[in-house]
Amino acid sequence: MRRVAIGGAAILLLAASPASAQSMDHAMHGMTMPGMQRPMPAHKPTRKTGAKAAPAASHKRAARAAAADPHAGRVGAATPTMNMGGMEMRDLAPSADAPDPHAGHDMAGMAGMTGMAATADRPAAGTDLPPGNAPAPAAQQGYLADRLWGADVMAASRRADLRREHGGMTYRQLLFNVAEYRATRGQDGYRWDGEAWIGGDIDRLVVRSEGEGRFRRAPDRVEVQALYSRAVDPYWNLQAGVRYDVTPDPSRTYATVGIEGLAPYWFDVEGALFLSDKGDLRARIEAWYDQRLTRSFVLQPRIEANASAQAMRAIGVGAGLTDVEIGLRLRYERSRRIAPYVGVSWERRFGATASLRTARDDDTGGVALVAGVRTRF
Amino acid sequence: MTGRMNRRQLLRGATLGGGGAALASWLPAWAQPISAGIVQAPATLSGEDIRLRVAHRMMTIDGRAMHAIGINGTVPGPLIRLREGQTVRLHVENALDEPTSIHWHGLIVPFQMDGVPGIAFPGIPAGETFRYEFPIRQAGTYWYHSHSGLQEQLGHYGPIVIDPAGVDPVRSDREHVIVLSDHSPVHPHAIFMALKRQPGYFNRQQQTLGQLLAGKGQSLAERLRWGRMRMDPTDIADVTGATYTYLVNGYGPQDNWTALFNPGERVRLRIVNASSMTTFNVRIPGLPLSIVQADGMNVRPVAVDEFQIGVAETYDAIVTPADARAYSLVAESVDRSGLARMTLAPRAGMVAAVPPLRARPVATMADMGMHMGAGGHDMAAMHGMAQGMVMNDTAVPPPAAGTAMTMDDHAMNMRDLSLAPGVKKGPGVQTIAPMPVDRTGDPGQGLADVGHRVLTYRDLVALDRNPDLRAPSRTLQIHLTGNMERYMWSFDGEKLSEVKAPIPFRTGERVRVTLVNDTMMGHPIHLHGHFFELVTGHGDHSPRKHTVMVQPGGTVSWDVTANAGDWAFHCHMLYHMHAGMMQVVQVGPAPEGDA
Repeated sequence: MRRVAIGGAAILLLAASPASAQSMDHAMHGMTMPGMQRPMPAHKPTRKTGAKAAPAASHKRAARAAAADPHAGRVGAATPTMNMGGMEMRDLAPSADAPDPHAGHDMAGMAGMTGMAATADRPAAGTDLPPGNAPAPAAQQGYLADRLWGADVMAASRRADLRREHGGMTYRQLLFNVAEYRATRGQDGYRWDGEAWIGGDIDRLVVRSEGEGRFRRAPDRVEVQALYSRAVDPYWNLQAGVRYDVTPDPSRTYATVGIEGLAPYWFDVEGALFLSDKGDLRARIEAWYDQRLTRSFVLQPRIEANASAQAMRAIGVGAGLTDVEIGLRLRYERSRRIAPYVGVSWERRFGATASLRTARDDDTGGVALVAGVRTRF
Repeated sequence: MTGRMNRRQLLRGATLGGGGAALASWLPAWAQPISAGIVQAPATLSGEDIRLRVAHRMMTIDGRAMHAIGINGTVPGPLIRLREGQTVRLHVENALDEPTSIHWHGLIVPFQMDGVPGIAFPGIPAGETFRYEFPIRQAGTYWYHSHSGLQEQLGHYGPIVIDPAGVDPVRSDREHVIVLSDHSPVHPHAIFMALKRQPGYFNRQQQTLGQLLAGKGQSLAERLRWGRMRMDPTDIADVTGATYTYLVNGYGPQDNWTALFNPGERVRLRIVNASSMTTFNVRIPGLPLSIVQADGMNVRPVAVDEFQIGVAETYDAIVTPADARAYSLVAESVDRSGLARMTLAPRAGMVAAVPPLRARPVATMADMGMHMGAGGHDMAAMHGMAQGMVMNDTAVPPPAAGTAMTMDDHAMNMRDLSLAPGVKKGPGVQTIAPMPVDRTGDPGQGLADVGHRVLTYRDLVALDRNPDLRAPSRTLQIHLTGNMERYMWSFDGEKLSEVKAPIPFRTGERVRVTLVNDTMMGHPIHLHGHFFELVTGHGDHSPRKHTVMVQPGGTVSWDVTANAGDWAFHCHMLYHMHAGMMQVVQVGPAPEGDA
């Protein structure tokens, strides 16, 4: 196996066009050319004179020497079996495979240097030639296949087989990020937070639901949202629609607008404003992060906070920050679809909201041990 | 250049670290007691009239029954063997309950015979038979596959070999057709839906906290930098060995399809990547490969130890096993989540060791089109400069070429749309490569440091002189765009479903097309009805291809002479195409008075 590395000679080649060679020389400062460091082979191919770019020479020196010798390029180009791309010479296969005696005369390293690559070796031809700047032709009317197979049948095929099958499909997902049993000091409870969507890449219908409560009691909170979601950015969706709270009683309906998406550092973030049919303004922010511990175990810190611009005494909401939930859930995600988890969740009501709860002899929060299943279909 | 060395060592460490665990987890897929091997050449059809019947069937892979679509009862479909100069009539019967089609990949045919529903013809309705008829004007290794929906994923593909009219310049004593593919028990629509919901659904080789604490993979600083950009450096393949079994001629790694030879023979391997989504790295430990053909076109022999084959590409290689021993041909998925494997042996029942999966690569800044002088790829900066010269025809050195500038200290804008004025801004465009460079001199992701010779596009030189040596009259730049988070893929930011008009060409005009990959994944781009000559410095012997891999953050330029017709132009990753990464090229009549 002959392996020839002739970086220096390749530099000579580059020098065939002196003006370009200078810029090459300049540009190659700080560039490593692996072939340059390799020794010349013991049995180098027959070469003509002048290919004197000693391989040990630094590439800068070689390039300068080359630039000084107007014939250097010609001579260097006559060196067979040169390949700067891989910086090594390929073993030629038997002649039956390579009837061309110059096979392997390969200027790969100069690839792309079109217009310069064509040295004395061969005249510039084919892809060596620089392109012109003719304008693009105008688009035509209609499709050719219509004339052969009929316009109607082709129009139907374009719709069904082409557009719909290449970017025009409808997608859907059901994701319950939280669906869990909560063990606390008092009565155990439950909590869920999930959404389903259907639509295309940009426009989607989202149905979202979250809620919580204690067993053997009326649920604390059950809400459902129906949203139109529009992708406005590679990562963010703008969402607007309606939120309906089944409980607490009396129920409320809100108009809602919000964003949902992926923040830098892989944080899933949701934020929304809610305006009730009574004119009350509320807000929510929710964020989580999936930290893969191992291939199958994922730790998810999650935070959700709610606030209200005013007191809503009928449903036990005070003005200001109303409640915060901070959770840490460890799930086993061997299956992406069904991932059981355990974790801890700390919940707390604040300010007037907490006072209202206390007045009703209800707790204002605490720590819960949780166990649930995250589902994604 | 100490920076380069440090970076290299770092990367090497990273890949090794990631792979240790990968290996353990994926070993069972194939490293079980292996079968004796199955020696069965694919069925062959020849002649002027060829009948193909497309129907559902079950196939057994590594002992497991899976649903498939077969042709004449097999997956892959039968080998169609033709001769240059003949005319062929292919009668395709659709026994499915939905429309189907067959596209003759790489064959230059009249556009209405090209087999793309909605562009070339209306498709083949359920229960009907369609007759394709066209003259064969070329020779080499090709393949055929469905262009309807996601049928290709289910097994709707097969090989084509066309013998030259004269003496074949590639001499061999024996040949084998090797069709590589990927198959899943999960329905392709479910695979696509999973990707839409969660692009990392099939990636079970993501970086973990455990690896970080063990000092494996990226450093914390690197992870934070990538996290800030919301880019996953382990996103090498969308669909992986987590669901795929990788096949050779329809056989799984444990089935161990075996090809026979007599020691000393020159054996020609006709290798087709008929996968839906898998870029393979192919090698035969202990046996050098002499690449003699790419995409059906003969090239000057190139001796390598390994090559990367993108989806829909074909390579012919000559091997000359001297000893009466068995060899394993392995085709690793680019993300090294699994491999296809077969045996070359003097007789059935012999097996050779199968090398373990290597460490999965981790994407670099270069894969995001941020080429630094100190990047891990030799001379990459020079390629970039060369590219600049091609486009501008000036000798002005570009600003960053060759300098040891690092982007780390700069808050680089990864989505500067002013760099790509032709790209439509929208949620489907996640990144614009800030400094894309010509990467045709790179061997492909994960192959820079494998310690042996790996093929690059620049090694390919056409055996015959190119048929059209004119300079291109104009240039055309197409950006390959996507959003990995939403699993959206497109050309120039527009999915096919949104594109209003085809890309116009004129018959006979010669155009230099430059593909700029703004994404962090390699895309095998296929233009129907044409061969194009890669601009890799080989002048009138430029390699001619029908499909070209555009490496992540890289560019590829090619010159093409337009053939009349409406043609599909798309990424051959099936789910990328399905997501919209496709357009129509319309080659209209030549202008009046033009030759």
